[in-house]
Amino acid sequence: MISTFAYLEEIHPEKGNIIKGLQLIQQKEGYLSQEALDTCSDYFSVPPAEVEGVVTFYSQFKRVKPGKYRVSVCDGTACHIKGTPLILDWISTALGIDDGETDADGLFSLETVACLGCCSLAPVLSVNGEIFGNLNRKSTLKILKKFRRQG
Amino acid sequence: MQIKEIRVGVSSCGLAAGAQAVVDKLKQKTDVTVLGVGCIGHCYAEPLVEVVTADTAVLYGNVSDKDKDIDAVLSLAEEKRLDVRPARSEKENLKITGIIGKFEPTDIDAYMSFGGFEGLKKALAMPASDVVTEVKDSFLRGRGGGGFPTGVKWSLLANKEADEKVLICNADEGDPGAFMDRSLMESLPYQVLEGMLIAAHATAASKIFIYCRAEYPLAIKNVKIAIETIKARGLNVINGKGLDVQVKEGAGAFVCGEETALIHSLEGKRGMPRFRPPYPTDSGYLGLPSMISNVETFANVPIIIREGAAAYAAVGTEGGRGTKLFALAGDVKYPGLVEVPMGVTLAEIIYGIGGAEPGSVKAVQTGGPSGGCIPARLFDTPVDYDSLNSLGAIMGSGGLIVIGNNRCMVETARYFLDFTHRESCGKCTFCRVGAKRMFEALERITGGEGTAKDVTFLEEMGKKVKAGSLCGLGATAPNPVLATLRYFKEEFDAHVVDRQCPAMECAALSDVAIHKENCTECGLCIKNCAVNAISDDYIVDNRICTRCNSCIEACPQNTISRIPGGSGFSSSADSKEVG
Repeated sequence: MISTFAYLEEIHPEKGNIIKGLQLIQQKEGYLSQEALDTCSDYFSVPPAEVEGVVTFYSQFKRVKPGKYRVSVCDGTACHIKGTPLILDWISTALGIDDGETDADGLFSLETVACLGCCSLAPVLSVNGEIFGNLNRKSTLKILKKFRRQG
Repeated sequence: MQIKEIRVGVSSCGLAAGAQAVVDKLKQKTDVTVLGVGCIGHCYAEPLVEVVTADTAVLYGNVSDKDKDIDAVLSLAEEKRLDVRPARSEKENLKITGIIGKFEPTDIDAYMSFGGFEGLKKALAMPASDVVTEVKDSFLRGRGGGGFPTGVKWSLLANKEADEKVLICNADEGDPGAFMDRSLMESLPYQVLEGMLIAAHATAASKIFIYCRAEYPLAIKNVKIAIETIKARGLNVINGKGLDVQVKEGAGAFVCGEETALIHSLEGKRGMPRFRPPYPTDSGYLGLPSMISNVETFANVPIIIREGAAAYAAVGTEGGRGTKLFALAGDVKYPGLVEVPMGVTLAEIIYGIGGAEPGSVKAVQTGGPSGGCIPARLFDTPVDYDSLNSLGAIMGSGGLIVIGNNRCMVETARYFLDFTHRESCGKCTFCRVGAKRMFEALERITGGEGTAKDVTFLEEMGKKVKAGSLCGLGATAPNPVLATLRYFKEEFDAHVVDRQCPAMECAALSDVAIHKENCTECGLCIKNCAVNAISDDYIVDNRICTRCNSCIEACPQNTISRIPGGSGFSSSADSKEVG
């Protein structure tokens, strides 16, 4: 095994655990590189094509390195009717990137997610898992500013 | 009055509203025990704080970590008090969630002090077949949306002869706009596990999986702690056998809520559904007999066993016994988690509990992307499985999204198809291609380029996709469109015939205008416009404007609004980069 991924050994190498393995790597590295896929293929004894199949099937898996701050805009039903499209528009204008992209400095990446389950605070977004609710244009831009200042 | 204990709601929505800072500040300021408890349900007033004294409990809402708020709470002041409105308290029946918010969710001793694990104790003293009969007699039906009689499912698994049998808790709450299962796992993890342990005894299962979506980190954390604790206490030992209990995280695929797809995902494969039969109770996880039920279904079980099937079944309607959790959100004043007996009407939930003004909303979406909308004129419908089905909607897992008058129903239908066509696993042609073609037709209509032919196409293709899809995702994907066509046909006609969006939400069918009479020329709109579409003399160039509503939000005079139009709208990137 490539030593970078030595931590995989905490997971039992049965086939049923491959999603768990991929999740662990993504949690540690932020994304799944080709080496990560090859390592999983060896470790869980699953053909490379099948690993690729699993990775492309689930929307959680990212093949591109995300920014330091992952901005996830919730597009669940409640958020959508309360203005997700507008929020995406504001963020994408402010950061100069579209849904699914990472900015040139690698600071921010933008994605939409199905539902964060905080529907009563709609519209919401999360930055690296921290949830912000009841958004309007001002508060949305303030959140971005806060993380940009942190650098 | 002496304060005995202070409880702060620290489930996901509480934390998002800043509850952790409130806990920290309270701990600084007082020596009284401060507990981080589960979801209190009044999500509209997060962060919530409950102050318990010797003889009463006072609820405070919208508490910030500012000294003023914290002092008000600690001095039991009148301000910031949250009175549960009678419209809500009279209708609610907190059978399942009654103890939420009274203790720290992962504290097993506290759970036990509220009657926790009594159901399990009682069940273990009964023969397995009696437990199955008890669940059958409660008439509990699957709370995930299918509504299959739970007791019947249990007997199918119980009657299987096998060395290993598997119980799976479906916690892949992928339905956007629903958060009942998240709340239960975050706030009552032991109750969910207790239900599963009772089921394991009744069906002689040897392995338990909880398949939870990865977007719920707090739910996963609390359930994992709960599993470790029950293992440490030996509560997972059923009839002398130690049960293997594990959490598996989903990886973001809506279709994995379908039971055969979920099993494939557990096995480490692409989560694609397969043909049934064989049903999972015959051949499920790795070919073993398996039973899959929803989180809320399992959470009901300890209550049924504890109070007896007869008492449980006395609540609700013929077609739906017991209570149901609803995640109430959208255009209501008081969104939140609601538990009501089956048979309560939509009006009682939306106007009464939700506090929406009658006349201000036009529909409610039930069952998320698999369900349909129900127009306001039918809000007197009692909520149970059969009554909602007859309206072309479904009960689903319990998401209720209220849609206000200012929303476009066609755009809402487009949104759902956007979701389902992307979530299609691709196995069945009608779902893979048909749903995409339906989505494209809806894009044309909301984009101002639709024709009457598109509307007819939606109707025809919707029926075909329903008939030609193997699993529930495809078979229900057209529901939001078909229901909208059934009740809001006039909105479709307005888009394709009159080229107007009645709600003026669709960008391609509306313009932005500044109404000069009230304008103070303060300049905020110009400053807030990201694309410089507003001139120095306050005229919006609608060819440049992206309809982002920034100016409408920024205007202190409320003098900017959408008007019918849209002929100059261009969504292409070139026009967005102007300026």
